[in-house]
Amino acid sequence: MPPFKIYVCVKHVPDSAATITVMGPNRIDTNITFLINPYDEHALTEAARLRERHGSAEVVAVCLGPSAAENTLRSAMAMGADRSILVVTTRDHDSIFTARALKSAIVQDGEPGIVLTGKEAIDTEGMQTLFRLAANLGLPAATNVVKLTLEPGSALVECEKEGGAVDILRLRLPCVIGAGKGLNTPRYPTFPDIMKSRKKEVRKIELAALGVPAAESRMEIVELKPALENRSPKALTGSPAEIARRIAAILKEEARVM
Amino acid sequence: MEKIALLIEFKDGQVKKANFGMATLVRRAGLASCGLVVNAPAEDAGAALAPYGVAQIIAVQAAGPDGAWNPDRWAGAVAAAMERFGISQLIGLTSPQGRDLLPRVAARMDAPLIMDCIDIDLQNRLATTTQYSGKTLATIRMSGRCAVYGLRLNAIEAQKAPAAAAETLAFDYAGNDDGSFTVIETRSGDAGTQNLAEADVIFSGGRGLKNGENFKLLFDCARLVPGAAVGASRVAVDAGWVPYRMQVGQTGGKVNPRVYIACGISGSVQHFAGMKSSGMIIAVNTDPQAAIIANCDYYAVADLFEVLTELRHQLATAADREP
Repeated sequence: MPPFKIYVCVKHVPDSAATITVMGPNRIDTNITFLINPYDEHALTEAARLRERHGSAEVVAVCLGPSAAENTLRSAMAMGADRSILVVTTRDHDSIFTARALKSAIVQDGEPGIVLTGKEAIDTEGMQTLFRLAANLGLPAATNVVKLTLEPGSALVECEKEGGAVDILRLRLPCVIGAGKGLNTPRYPTFPDIMKSRKKEVRKIELAALGVPAAESRMEIVELKPALENRSPKALTGSPAEIARRIAAILKEEARVM
Repeated sequence: MEKIALLIEFKDGQVKKANFGMATLVRRAGLASCGLVVNAPAEDAGAALAPYGVAQIIAVQAAGPDGAWNPDRWAGAVAAAMERFGISQLIGLTSPQGRDLLPRVAARMDAPLIMDCIDIDLQNRLATTTQYSGKTLATIRMSGRCAVYGLRLNAIEAQKAPAAAAETLAFDYAGNDDGSFTVIETRSGDAGTQNLAEADVIFSGGRGLKNGENFKLLFDCARLVPGAAVGASRVAVDAGWVPYRMQVGQTGGKVNPRVYIACGISGSVQHFAGMKSSGMIIAVNTDPQAAIIANCDYYAVADLFEVLTELRHQLATAADREP
């Protein structure tokens, strides 16, 4: 029986604490720290957990990104991926194209048993690549998954909605899972994990060599500008009662929410 | 002329008021919109939306064997209704339901989609949204046969602009359910709690709250303000004081209330990523060096327990209720 292949799509994103500087009309200065998208860490941790429970499974991390994204794939392998595929590109792509490229990389490599990824990327916050990948692969998908149980031929998932509401879904395998934060606690790598990850394979494929089919629609950033912080803080002073009175008055008269 | 549809959301059988901002956005552009409702009473939608200028309702029936809600089937139904009625632009809300539904619609149609829009230029199909944890504003051009948008909650203030009573067009979606996606159960959340993303006012607590029990003070205040909810920083959630669904920030909920009251929250970059677009930020913190003090509208360097206890009393007096 061929190994059950678990593909985990990861994105190389700027550190959320990094200072973002806009360069030109629609790019950022990329000379900052990049790391693996935090939600993708939950996907990887879950993939490693599934592999433990499944006799012969293989976890393959897949990324579309610049050659520097190799670092993100090393992190993915330190967190549990057995090997990885980097589709090398020199520019940013919209999620319509990204999903096509990820699909091409996955089907060229093997037959997915399940595909996991984070529910969204923290840089562009598009919230949609997993659904497009699923549609391109012809597979069912679920997002903000906080519990995943594999059954024969299907996955039982719990998706968190608002105010603690939950949808319990059954998706036929293979399927695409968007990991939410509640899914698990990421297993951060130990020093031996990091050493081992250095010996694991990162297969690099040039985007042009992948033959990704063109899309009819696209999304393109025409303008990018810094979001201005234009608040001018005013102090509320006095006793706690006086401060409370001021806040109540602000809610009522200025914000008009009372 | 382009046909623009609003994907209308309901909660507890009522049209959510967040829908009205979408109608205002379209009307402001000098365009007309129709309301698309799925498995919900068209008359209620028509009555609620007509005062905001929506004169047509498309009532889609897409109930299946596993009940009324099934995001995969709903997405198929919405996409089919867009084809059937020649809808070229669809606007929905970036609510939990919208996050599950709009990307499915866009993926099915291979159409461009921008979520969490703070503004939309419908004539030119330009969407403005924030990126990089709210540090940049991006204007994105969408090219394709159709375009789909998720509007940020509270991004556009609704304005009444009455239209004639809405006419209703019915659309039955049969779908071809291949059994690959089944809803086993839909568990509703805590009754009566205000959803953070749609709250007008958020009382949010951080490290300064010290424990979970102290959050009661925030809940007490929130109960006294209409449309108020309680949020938390990552510190408070990671410490186990309150559940993850209350977390505001980079890896929690993104909120956009009219007033955000941060109590004992230092204001990390990651926290700001979730609440920086709030209309007004009020901070109460004992530390004058806290980052939030430098980036808010009002701040008090004070003991939050003393201030909130007094505020609870003030709000109760204003609401003419017992604290």
